[in-house]
Amino acid sequence: MSFGTPKGAVEELQTFPRLLFHHAKARGDAPAIREKDLGIWQTWSWADVAERVRALASGLAALGFKRGDNLAIIGDNRPHLYMMMSAAQCLGGVPVPLYQDAVADEMLFVLKDAAIRFAAVEDQEQVDKLLEVRDRAPLLEHIVYDDPRGMRHYNQPFLHDIHALMEMGRIHNRNHPDFLDEEVAQGWSDDVSVMLYTSGTTGQPKGVCQTHAAFIAAARGGMQIDGLDASGGILSYLPMAWVGDHLFSFAQALVAGFTINCPESTDTVTTDLREIGPTYYFAPPRVFESLLTSIMIRMEDASALKRKLFHYFLGVAKRCGVDLLDGKPVSLADRLLYALGNLLVYGPLRNVLGMSHIRVAYTAGAAIGPDLFRFYRSIGINLKQFYGQTETCAYVCLQPDRAIKFDSVGPPAPGVEVKIADNGEVLVKGPMLLKEYYQRPEATAESIDADGYFMTGDAGFLDQDGHLKIIDRAKDVGKLANGAMFAPNYIENKLKFFQYIKEAVCFGHDRAMVCAFINIDVGAVGNWAERRNIAYSGYTDLASKPEVHELIRDCVEQVNAALTQDAMVAASQIHRFLILHKELDPDDDELTRTRKVRRNFVAKKYQVLIDALYGGKATQFIETEVKFEDGRRGTVAADLKIVDARTFPAARQAA
Amino acid sequence: MSKKIGDVILDLQNISLRFGGVKALTDISFDVREHEIRAIIGPNGAGKSSMLNVINGVYQPQEGVIIFRGQERKKMEPHHAATQGIARTFQNIALFKGMSVLDNIMTGRITRMKASFVEHALWLGRARREELEHRKKVEEVIDFLEIQHIRRTPVGRLPYGLQKRVELGRALAAEPSMLLLDEPMAGMNVEEKQDMCRFILDVNDQFGTTIVLIEHDMGVVMDISDRVVVLDYGKKIGDGLPDDVKNNPDVITAYLGVSH
Repeated sequence: MSFGTPKGAVEELQTFPRLLFHHAKARGDAPAIREKDLGIWQTWSWADVAERVRALASGLAALGFKRGDNLAIIGDNRPHLYMMMSAAQCLGGVPVPLYQDAVADEMLFVLKDAAIRFAAVEDQEQVDKLLEVRDRAPLLEHIVYDDPRGMRHYNQPFLHDIHALMEMGRIHNRNHPDFLDEEVAQGWSDDVSVMLYTSGTTGQPKGVCQTHAAFIAAARGGMQIDGLDASGGILSYLPMAWVGDHLFSFAQALVAGFTINCPESTDTVTTDLREIGPTYYFAPPRVFESLLTSIMIRMEDASALKRKLFHYFLGVAKRCGVDLLDGKPVSLADRLLYALGNLLVYGPLRNVLGMSHIRVAYTAGAAIGPDLFRFYRSIGINLKQFYGQTETCAYVCLQPDRAIKFDSVGPPAPGVEVKIADNGEVLVKGPMLLKEYYQRPEATAESIDADGYFMTGDAGFLDQDGHLKIIDRAKDVGKLANGAMFAPNYIENKLKFFQYIKEAVCFGHDRAMVCAFINIDVGAVGNWAERRNIAYSGYTDLASKPEVHELIRDCVEQVNAALTQDAMVAASQIHRFLILHKELDPDDDELTRTRKVRRNFVAKKYQVLIDALYGGKATQFIETEVKFEDGRRGTVAADLKIVDARTFPAARQAA
Repeated sequence: MSKKIGDVILDLQNISLRFGGVKALTDISFDVREHEIRAIIGPNGAGKSSMLNVINGVYQPQEGVIIFRGQERKKMEPHHAATQGIARTFQNIALFKGMSVLDNIMTGRITRMKASFVEHALWLGRARREELEHRKKVEEVIDFLEIQHIRRTPVGRLPYGLQKRVELGRALAAEPSMLLLDEPMAGMNVEEKQDMCRFILDVNDQFGTTIVLIEHDMGVVMDISDRVVVLDYGKKIGDGLPDDVKNNPDVITAYLGVSH
């Protein structure tokens, strides 16, 4: 291959296509991608992947895909969709992954905004969505689909089976053998490598343009901290449109050369995880939380002996597990007990979780409860947090091994500068910053200050060791009527650390007291209710049970007690709360696709409930329209009971 | 849709079935064409399930002629029907509750297993090769019905809708040319019904399987079937395209009652 690179010096490989072809040449037989198909894990080597990417890219070129074109990618984590990303990059195009569970109208926005002419999609479902909006997206010319199932009677000429595209590409490749190498050689590190749309907690989504250089820098930095190499692999199951998946499953996999494993379907992730036993794992806190919840529920159903053993050794792990992982001194007796526990409990538990081979596991995206975090670390899983956003390739801070602080996200990562603005906002600078927002120069200018720092919009501070602590979104931090600081996220996270509470929304800005909406966790509360022989028919019914109100009230009061420990937030204790009659849902626009609460939208939608909370009412009737997954609509109505919670006097600063 | 409906493959002529003095079916004639979806509808006790049981040999009618693929058949047992490519599901789920989904669907392959009992017991070459081949087919069915996540789950632990799907899977594993479905959507919610409809249409479309189904949900029947036969008190009162049947006064009377 003629890229003018000195004999595969990895540092000279400045674009992802070059990295791909380098791996194919240097270690062609090593596994690049695995996918479970018909019950058996199939492996593509780097050479296989390179051959397919070459065919796909040539096929795209034959269809008229040109340098600077954007390629929409829509679907679950499928090997061919990852290959399509590379194929677009080979031609100097830009892959634009979309959230696969978005409805057609949401996709339309991106299709128009990014001037999409080509789309690569997973299956009939996604094809149907695009066909639905096609007349409103006149630029869309070609759709390539991976799974031919159900597509037999679709005979529109602009629909292409991905295998047909590959065949087309192979012919093109035979007729123009130098074409693709020349295209790849034209690519440069400053070219935009991918465009990721921000989830849009505020306003319309914006396309974040990241260069090859930015993602490669972020990938290298992470590898340096964690000593990642070509061995091992990761389970790629989080949305391809999310920056974290792009960093771990695409950028780092290509830079380091490890294997990515695509699950059989979204429902089989837990089983696939156990079968693959990845060395590198990422999950948002809610996944770790639901794993722990399901373990605890299953343990309650286990025999008395097993339960005893489990709880005894969890106690041991709690006492010394974290210190052992951090390399701190631990007494010999505890070491021996821990070793025994490892044999009897932790090892089998890690195995059940699919985490036997984990060298490093990451979580981010939301605050993780300290107990939850400690639990995983104490059973020997090197779980760590990182901090970053789409605009920074998800790379700002990483917790280094052996210097973990539960309430911080770690010191700035290699190559990253972090500065705190006067208003408490976190500012960052480094090679991983976005090039621009797609065709929004004014938004780009607003987000990067005169000194070249990106304004994250998060409020936080650096502690005495230089570790960054994030408190809340800067714009969400408000003031109570008496002037005390009100950081809603901080309180909500404390609430969400209880397994019974799935989601919480707190209000208090410019008000005399803090009130909250609660979503219960149907799995955990349902199990709790069954154990007490409380019959219920569904979420709404369960949420209206007086016993459940008592359960949640207890959780809220514990949070209130904890808040008194810190003078800054003691005034933010929750005085009144209610349990919502429906789960907050991205389909109803209440959550973003990454499942963050859209605070202002929720406040407006449920204004009547807020009025009832602050108006001192005991109950409030509400009827809400809901959208079902298939697009139909219905309503949920309920009389919500408003519960008063006990509050506590602030702790004295006594000696 | 460019579906090709072929010639008559199953012809039922003047079928009568009695249990002692009870006339379950009286002088019923209709036919089923290759690749079509043929629905049998009728009120409770109309004789729909009996009709299905006659087709796959569970019941022997006292009178009448059954011609399947040009061959008139006299006496037939259910396993003969199975080897001739007729598979079925049941109104009340008939799966092995303690066995996994995979094993249940594997039982659908039994008529196609050639290795002897001893070979299987000793796991000899032929048995092993055969098992792998059958497993592959079963995995294709699992993939087709999108039930990968419950592959290893005992059937008894599954919700009703999924059990129905597994039962369809077992019937499909036999690679039937004709599939008899006895109320495949009974007791399902709207979403499960939609899924099941899609699977039935996909089976018919992708594998060209002829489908005879009994169903109560009129919306479903009218949407997916090519032709409908209507039974009432063991007699045929209507036969034809869904729209014709819908407007047939006898059918309306049977379903809605008569004003006196």
